[in-house]
Amino acid sequence: MVRPVGIQTPAPAPSLGPALEGQRAELGDPPARRPRRTIRPSTWAGLAFVAPLVIYLAVFYAYPLYENVSMSLHRYTRATFVTGQAPYVGLDIYREIVASPLFWPIVRQTATFVIVSLVFQYAIGLGLAVFFRRGFRLSGLLRGLFLVPWLLPIIVSATTWQWMMDADSGILNRFLGVFGIDPVWWLNAEHSLWAVTIANIWLGIPFNLVILYSGLQNIPTDLYEAASLDGAGAWKQFWSITFPLLKPVSAITLLLGFVYTLKVVDIIWIMTTGTGTSQTLATWAYGMAFGKGTSAVIKYSQASAVGSILLLVALVMGFVYLFVQRRQED
Amino acid sequence: MDRMHRTWWKTVIGVVLTAAMLFPVYWMINVSLTRREAIRNGDLYPKAFTFEHYRVAFGDQLPYLGTSILVGLGTVVLTLAISAPAAYALSKLFVPGRRTLNFVLIVAQMIPAVVMALGFYTIYTDLGILDTVPGLILADSTIAVPFGVMLFAAFMTGIPQELLQAAQIDGASYWRTFRSVVLPVARNSAVTVGLFAFLWAWSDFLFASTLNRNGGKLRPITMGLYDYIGSQNQQWGELMATAVLASIPTAILLLVAQRYVAAGVTAGAVKD
Repeated sequence: MVRPVGIQTPAPAPSLGPALEGQRAELGDPPARRPRRTIRPSTWAGLAFVAPLVIYLAVFYAYPLYENVSMSLHRYTRATFVTGQAPYVGLDIYREIVASPLFWPIVRQTATFVIVSLVFQYAIGLGLAVFFRRGFRLSGLLRGLFLVPWLLPIIVSATTWQWMMDADSGILNRFLGVFGIDPVWWLNAEHSLWAVTIANIWLGIPFNLVILYSGLQNIPTDLYEAASLDGAGAWKQFWSITFPLLKPVSAITLLLGFVYTLKVVDIIWIMTTGTGTSQTLATWAYGMAFGKGTSAVIKYSQASAVGSILLLVALVMGFVYLFVQRRQED
Repeated sequence: MDRMHRTWWKTVIGVVLTAAMLFPVYWMINVSLTRREAIRNGDLYPKAFTFEHYRVAFGDQLPYLGTSILVGLGTVVLTLAISAPAAYALSKLFVPGRRTLNFVLIVAQMIPAVVMALGFYTIYTDLGILDTVPGLILADSTIAVPFGVMLFAAFMTGIPQELLQAAQIDGASYWRTFRSVVLPVARNSAVTVGLFAFLWAWSDFLFASTLNRNGGKLRPITMGLYDYIGSQNQQWGELMATAVLASIPTAILLLVAQRYVAAGVTAGAVKD
């Protein structure tokens, strides 16, 4: 989720307010705005104020991304660091990555991790948002406390979950033991995907709760009053009012959740170092470039290729996000 | 008041749910206060109580905590310095290509950090700023700058145009208008952006573990904690005590600035 979130720390949602504002301003009859060809002083001022940001984005976003893509098109080896030579190999590295026996299982695990996380984060977040919709004593305080998992450094949460999922002395297995369930070896190769997914769901609930809660606040209460006059129960009200009217907000929440979950590295790496079934595309890339095997084999080119695939997905999602937002405007 | 009385059962359920959600946090604190030999007993409260883990953790981690504060503050300064003026331009002045820039800012927040780290790693190697504090500050600021611009811009759009015009009629330059009118009005946004920039820099694991691996004492607390995790025989008591220390900014944030936090999460994600 989430940076945020998950995420990379599940970061808060990007805002589109100014984007749409700008769009309106620009659509508004350009000749009238600029009667002469000379650049108006306010334009110079605008350029001056925005220049640091543009330079910053070019140097600290565009350039690293360019380096990343370039690395995936050249073959970096150990010798590269001595000679500085990395032959251009076109899309060879991408072909090798996709042909690797690891690739498709990792894609499947990534998909499982993302989809299962999203379904549960969203369902639990929505349930809680509906629960908190009408204030009650202490509701503000409790909602605030629900943010804690999202604000904690992920390394802190991951370490705590790691200990709670300890096979012998972890509290989770003890709890399951109360119901007569045999201890689960949570962090071994076979179960690690479920272990990291559970921890990630926990991390993502606050983000879903906050966004969906604020979405609920925008649904007029008289709709509910009218429905209950018509004799609709709470269940009926949820399915005929809350859920349909929350669809736009849900779409944005799930979309952002998807992006944040896809890029998660730290929660997985700290709990399992991406071993076994918990390997995702993001941790795979991280492991190949910086992981424990660094001293043995450095696979910068392969890592960059996987990274570029993730980058492409992020870019596509950016367009989808814009599309969804714009359609909601209409 | 009447409704409040009728909904006491909701409060009870709410408390139970919150307790369940926060159980891992409680467990972390519980383990951090339990004597080493008793940790594996899994007592529900620190029966074998001790502060010893904190003494050890604090002794070991003090330099890292210091580095984290330094990195956090550096990130806040850099983030504010870049995002506030840019947001002023984007919301109040004419900027050619504003739409494109806004799109770039959205996508920037979606880029996987591992991709950024890979790019930074090669650049930093060439520049020789690998394993340095300024290098880490620059990288950490990329987490917060796009968010900062959008949060500032969302707020500044609402500043009445008359306020700025009045300043200009009085002969104030754009810079002066920005500094003496826009910035003071946008104080709350600055607090929100600053808090998040600090928290994200403080919590960052990915950039620290790639761009500042060999920085020795000049590494942040997340790396100090990671050293404990990686050590051969894991000392869970000290590990959890360090985890609690690393959570202090989160606690402060919640206590002092809860309203800013909620504002940050929802900023613009949901359009009214």
